Amino acid sequence: MRTMEPTEEILLVAYRTMRTIRSFEEKLVELVTRGKLGGFLHTYIGEEAVAAGVCANLSDDDHVASTHRGHGHCIAKGVDVRGMMAELFGAGSGICKGRGGSMHIADLGRGMLGANGIVGAGIPLATGAALTAKLKKTGGVGVAFFGDGASNQGAFHESLNMAANWKLPAVYVCENNGWGEFTPTEFVVPVADIAERARSYAMHSLIADGMDFFDVYAKSGAAIARARRGEGPTLLECKTYRFAGHYVGDTLVYRNKLEADHWINHRDPLQIFTSRVVGDRLLAVEDLQRIDREVADRIEEAVSAAEAAPLPDPGDLLEDVYVQR
Amino acid sequence: MTAPTKSARTIPTAFAIAEALRIAMASDPDVILMGEDVAGGGSRPEGTDEMGGILSVTRGLVREFPDRVLDTPISEMGILGTAVGAALTGLRPVVELMFMDFIGTCLDPLLNQASKFRYMFGGKARVPLTVRTVTGAGLQAAAQHSQSLYWITAGIPGLKTVIPSNAADAKGLLLAAIRSDDPVIFCEPKGILFLSTDVPEEDYEVPIGTAKVVRAGSDVSLVGMGATVGMALAAADELERDGISAEVLDLRSLAPLDEDAILATLAKTGRLVVVDEATPRCGIASDIAALCVDKGFDFLNGPVKRVTAAMCPVPFSRVLEEAYMPSAARVVEAARGLL
Ligand SMILES: Cc1ncc(C[n+]2csc(CCOP(=O)(O)OP(=O)(O)O)c2C)c(N)n1
Repeated sequence: MRTMEPTEEILLVAYRTMRTIRSFEEKLVELVTRGKLGGFLHTYIGEEAVAAGVCANLSDDDHVASTHRGHGHCIAKGVDVRGMMAELFGAGSGICKGRGGSMHIADLGRGMLGANGIVGAGIPLATGAALTAKLKKTGGVGVAFFGDGASNQGAFHESLNMAANWKLPAVYVCENNGWGEFTPTEFVVPVADIAERARSYAMHSLIADGMDFFDVYAKSGAAIARARRGEGPTLLECKTYRFAGHYVGDTLVYRNKLEADHWINHRDPLQIFTSRVVGDRLLAVEDLQRIDREVADRIEEAVSAAEAAPLPDPGDLLEDVYVQR
Repeated sequence: MTAPTKSARTIPTAFAIAEALRIAMASDPDVILMGEDVAGGGSRPEGTDEMGGILSVTRGLVREFPDRVLDTPISEMGILGTAVGAALTGLRPVVELMFMDFIGTCLDPLLNQASKFRYMFGGKARVPLTVRTVTGAGLQAAAQHSQSLYWITAGIPGLKTVIPSNAADAKGLLLAAIRSDDPVIFCEPKGILFLSTDVPEEDYEVPIGTAKVVRAGSDVSLVGMGATVGMALAAADELERDGISAEVLDLRSLAPLDEDAILATLAKTGRLVVVDEATPRCGIASDIAALCVDKGFDFLNGPVKRVTAAMCPVPFSRVLEEAYMPSAARVVEAARGLL
């Protein structure tokens, strides 16, 4: 495979994306601790390079289906963090008018088909988006992000089989973070690599280091290019790690701290990216620092706006159940 | 009914459920538990502790019954289908379906398999399956983690559906469900899981199909199930201040339905409000209203009022979720309107 070298512009966007995801999630944890947010929240901390690497190859015409751990996918796909933050506050100005919350953030204009509360449900949705792209000849692709746990759902296997048969322009991005809730992946998955599962469907597969933006960018880029050329779908497994608990509030009693510390201290995708771009003189430290400041301001601004935003009008409860009532 | 007599302690519903599971497993080697994280990932490395399902209800059971607490992959269709097959062939599985919303991913084993075998096979089969599942809104868990879908299972002939309103009934109903030779859906409303009541220590069952008057009254009947029993009781307190005497009936079992108990309270008061956490169409509240009109018409002194959730997906925002859900205030308003 020919490696694709990201341009400086792509690298700047990638860093901003990863930093925005990290800061957004850290802010959420803080807001939950301060009692400001309700509902079930799952952070993407540690997995930033996957969303950033894949989405750097996509445009608004490509569709992405996400998961319960969806904030990172949304940010990488260009969803406005102000609308996202307002959504988490349940504000009327939220990206889904406060109706959806963390697990249902969607922005169809950006090709974001929604976070999803049902494990595995996004996989056939992305397959459907790929079908639309193929039949309408849009040149777009359908991308599903999902966890290792989701690859045990029938929806995963049925979708891959259909996509392979129909040679759909789809890319299945498995974020293998080693855990499904409180259960280690190897307890419930008999194959060593999720990527092996592609063989049942004679599907192309790749494994990427999910902590390395460059690797994810190159491999997802190859898979997406292949899909756009009409050569069919790919299962791309990204090896990554969930730095925090399954949900905000998870006490993590079940997880060995040494295991987590190893990843957090040595395999942080932001650190790996920074040392590479600075070491190889691809980006200047000042650029990264400037982005850090801008991101921090943007998140603060999003929080202040969300806190000040009016809540939805309970009188609108029954709006939008149907297109036409 | 086996009347609970001996020592009781005040424990939350979640603990009462765990206690019922422990008793059922200790008293019958065929009882197995299956579900996501129910064993917390099995044996853990040094210095870690297992969970026990997302709400830790089954924590520790794997230590007592190492071969009978089975962690599953996230494969609801496989879990439910396997449990039905195991039940048909001699085991007595208890499945944890984390949230009832997920029934969408695994309805067939219940809808077309478990519920139909006994009848289709000419009365030869038994499917002693229990599905424990969390229902209800109120935690801002949004559209796919907050639904009360018991109306689906209650509407399927061949399935039984029960829903406790307190810890003591949870224990007795779960024991009855596990020991039943029919498939039973055991709903665990979010609103009661962490509320405590006195729970007797011994092994006892609450018979499936029996409602219970939890507060006697004479002017109006408030019929609830699961978390709405608490709303009905709070409403009864409020009504009492106005000099209105409300009787509260806890259905406990949605299928089979204790029609006699519903008609008896209606006969006594002549007025009935039914409170249901589910959406209003094609549901338990409508079913009870129909029963009152059909078989209790002569007792009625007014319309049957339904206080239910709104006919829309469960919204996330706190203000919308409050508007969506039934409440004690809405029960009071409905009851006052009848008097
Ligand atoms: C159909 C369904 N089953 C179970 C759940 C509960 N649940 C939410 S996230 C999760 C773990 C998912 O693991 P994985 O797919 O590996 O993604 P990760 O959380 O590791 O990102 C489970 C079991 C659900 N939301 N939907």
